[in-house]
Amino acid sequence: MSLDTATVRRVANLARLRLDDAEVEKLQAEINGILGWIEQLQAVETDGVEPMAGGSPNPVALPWRADAVTDGGQADAVLRNAPDREGEYFGVPKVVE
Amino acid sequence: MNGTELTIAEGLRALDKREISAVELTQAHLAGIAALNPRLNAYITVAGEAALEQARASDARRGRGEAGALDGIPLGIKDLFCTEGLRTTAASKILGEFTPPYESTVSAQLKRDGAVFLGKLNLDEFAMGSSNTTSAFGPVENPWSRANDPSKRLVPGGSSGGSAAAVAARIAMGATATDTGGSIRQPAAFCGIAGIKPTYGRCSRFGIVAFASSLDQAGPVARSVEDCAILLRSMSGFDPKDSTSANLPVPDFAAACGRGVKGLRIGVPAEYTLPGLAPEIDALWQQGLDWLRQQGAEIVPISLPHTKYALPTYYVVAPAEASSNLARYDGVRYGLRVAERDSDLRDLYERTRAAGFGAEVKRRIMIGTYVLSAGYYDAYYLKAQKVRALIARDFTQAWETVDAIVTPATPSAAFPMDEKQDDPVTMYLNDVFTVTANLAGLPGLAVPAGLDGQGLPLGLQVIGRPFDEETVFAVGAAIERAANFTAKPQVMA
Repeated sequence: MSLDTATVRRVANLARLRLDDAEVEKLQAEINGILGWIEQLQAVETDGVEPMAGGSPNPVALPWRADAVTDGGQADAVLRNAPDREGEYFGVPKVVE
Repeated sequence: MNGTELTIAEGLRALDKREISAVELTQAHLAGIAALNPRLNAYITVAGEAALEQARASDARRGRGEAGALDGIPLGIKDLFCTEGLRTTAASKILGEFTPPYESTVSAQLKRDGAVFLGKLNLDEFAMGSSNTTSAFGPVENPWSRANDPSKRLVPGGSSGGSAAAVAARIAMGATATDTGGSIRQPAAFCGIAGIKPTYGRCSRFGIVAFASSLDQAGPVARSVEDCAILLRSMSGFDPKDSTSANLPVPDFAAACGRGVKGLRIGVPAEYTLPGLAPEIDALWQQGLDWLRQQGAEIVPISLPHTKYALPTYYVVAPAEASSNLARYDGVRYGLRVAERDSDLRDLYERTRAAGFGAEVKRRIMIGTYVLSAGYYDAYYLKAQKVRALIARDFTQAWETVDAIVTPATPSAAFPMDEKQDDPVTMYLNDVFTVTANLAGLPGLAVPAGLDGQGLPLGLQVIGRPFDEETVFAVGAAIERAANFTAKPQVMA
């Protein structure tokens, strides 16, 4: 499977990455190289194999904590690293006209 | 007493006997950092004042008889661990001046036990790399160099290149590191030190900047296997803030280092004999197996038939998880923001991410986004998860006949910083021996075992059963004793 320029642009769009034409061309070649190499996985017989989703070698049920509020009221700590804030909110460009 | 030459175990004894103080130990390391860091670039941030303050508090605790398990030991912290009040960069521009309002569980536990933090160590951007050349804060230099070409600057490996270089150069007694595909073991091997990636779930991932959540594990690097064991004990343990952390008791790993290997069955996987493997790597491997045989272990040939699919599996799973994890860097809540006067929110996202991420990170986000996208998910991502299950099953079957597996740690010694790295797949092959342990969630230890013809360190790897780090330490310490690795890098404090 080989990606064309339009597909690279579509994926960049999904990933919210602004790419210039030179980057698109470079990434297209690199990604196609990597995908070509990954293609060998198709040769592995995997019928009936349960996919391994997590990283644990001894899968156990993940614990659940009680569905209760455990903290809060830390707006200043939460906002301290924000590039822009307005009062107790993150500041962003106007979203709704 | 030369404080920078001590191992952690020796340092703790010297502190206990009042032969050295935590302040003296910290000052010696800060002096070493001042002298060597301009060249090595191992530290992104040096926290000298805070370190001295912690050292003074440590000396006071020891004076009161309240010293913890690591009290007064100066460590470096990989700049992927969030440290409260101390800038954390992940070696990326996109985090800007991010200063965490909270502490990672692993670093909090090291603090609890009295460790002194010298500063934050360089790495590949978001831990994506095997050479520490993708850092937005510049590359790290390996303190070792080739005997016949000492001016050629070599990479320290990656992604924990700053951690490994600092420990090898004696400007940290030990360091935290993380390993997603080999990022503890490969740099440890390149820098002639020890490092262990424990079982997935042994250390909490809370507060560690996420790369690939089903593969990431924290672990220590240090100059001896015993030092790694001492550090890992402090770093490990159940954490309710990480639902994948294992609720199991933490053994005394250091005690296991002296167990010996008598009667242990050591597996040698046929598939790790790669075509074109450097003869000196193969010779070192055979030497390591001989050492273990001489100490009473039985060497057992085994097969891990899906080994050749491990790297391509990894390069589907890791970028997929990374593309998802790195979606959080949006220029809104923390870190860098890049926008034009008339930017809308989407343009802000796209400009911020374009300016903030480096080339390797963008490449992996693109691959991850593609393999997770509609129409390709089953062919790539689901397929890779199934092959991953087969790779894990290979190991489960091996544990029926062996207690540990020994392989080379890397397919080569450290390579030059200026070596052409424009083919990503060639660079990815650095992790060929290490990535299987991440996919299967198993513990893997790298131990320095010898030098190549150029005088560069080479390491062996010990892989163990899930949560059986103790056997891994026993085998690693046995190799270390036999190898008697006393060579030192050219650049050190």
